Amino acid sequence: MRWYWIDRFIEFRSGQYAKAVKNISLSEDHLHDHFATFPMLPNSLILEGMAQTGGLLVSEFNQFREKVVLAKVPKATFHCAATPGDQLVYTAKIEYVRPEGAMVTTTSYKGEVLHAEAEVVFAHLNHPKLGSLFDPETFLRMMRLLGAFDIGVAADGSPLQPPAQLVEAAEGRK
Amino acid sequence: MPTKEEVFEKIRTALVEALGVDEEDVTPQATLVGDLGAESIDFLDIVFRLEKAFGIKIPRGELFPEDILTDATYVQDGKVTEVGIAELRKRMPFANLDQFAKNPAVQEFANLLTVADMCRFVEGKVEVAD
Repeated sequence: MRWYWIDRFIEFRSGQYAKAVKNISLSEDHLHDHFATFPMLPNSLILEGMAQTGGLLVSEFNQFREKVVLAKVPKATFHCAATPGDQLVYTAKIEYVRPEGAMVTTTSYKGEVLHAEAEVVFAHLNHPKLGSLFDPETFLRMMRLLGAFDIGVAADGSPLQPPAQLVEAAEGRK
Repeated sequence: MPTKEEVFEKIRTALVEALGVDEEDVTPQATLVGDLGAESIDFLDIVFRLEKAFGIKIPRGELFPEDILTDATYVQDGKVTEVGIAELRKRMPFANLDQFAKNPAVQEFANLLTVADMCRFVEGKVEVAD
């Protein structure tokens, strides 16, 4: 199972905010277990998608030099269910980035309707065992797959580019 | 200029939001780790909420100088040395370290900080009305 809980970035402003969409389809296997007679995307996976939106935003701001790990969710409120056919738009806004971690506030909208909102805190971990989870090519592939470099805007207003050291590291590993 | 009561109220709100505890659990005597269940990552969250609530800056290690606890200059055999205690007193004038000084085991340090200590810490950074 691929652990992508967003489908595409639609806005990405480095160091500020990102918007991503998640389309929910009845062909997603897990919906048939959650629940058989009322398929809905589990709230935990919606939260994961909101955290992925914010986590990549924070990682990009750090030029992917920090190991950004979801550490806590101080607050999460879900106002209604998300079901097949829905398109969710997640927005993550950076509240702060510090040497030891970061926090984003996130929302999920179904059209005009506020569907969920959450605060997400990330830790910057520095542990050698985490190395393989943070390969440069993994981030590069994710950001490219999700279209971040197609629509992203850097802090100075120019088009968002992959950090040179990330590209070099990914090339070097080939 | 906030009163001491207003400082306490804002800190209580910050702790309720950061730790998911009930308002009535946040008393001046409550310890952040032992009574309110704060973990290390929570301090990052708490510091952010205090900065926002009071419009102040709290540099890393100022509220909770964990760097002392990992510095061999100040720790021997899992206990903070006298020099370390003196350094902690200098860095944490808002906290009462007398009890900790009797058994300065590093693992006990996390349980030292109380809500009242946090109030004194903030009162040292903002002007407080009498």
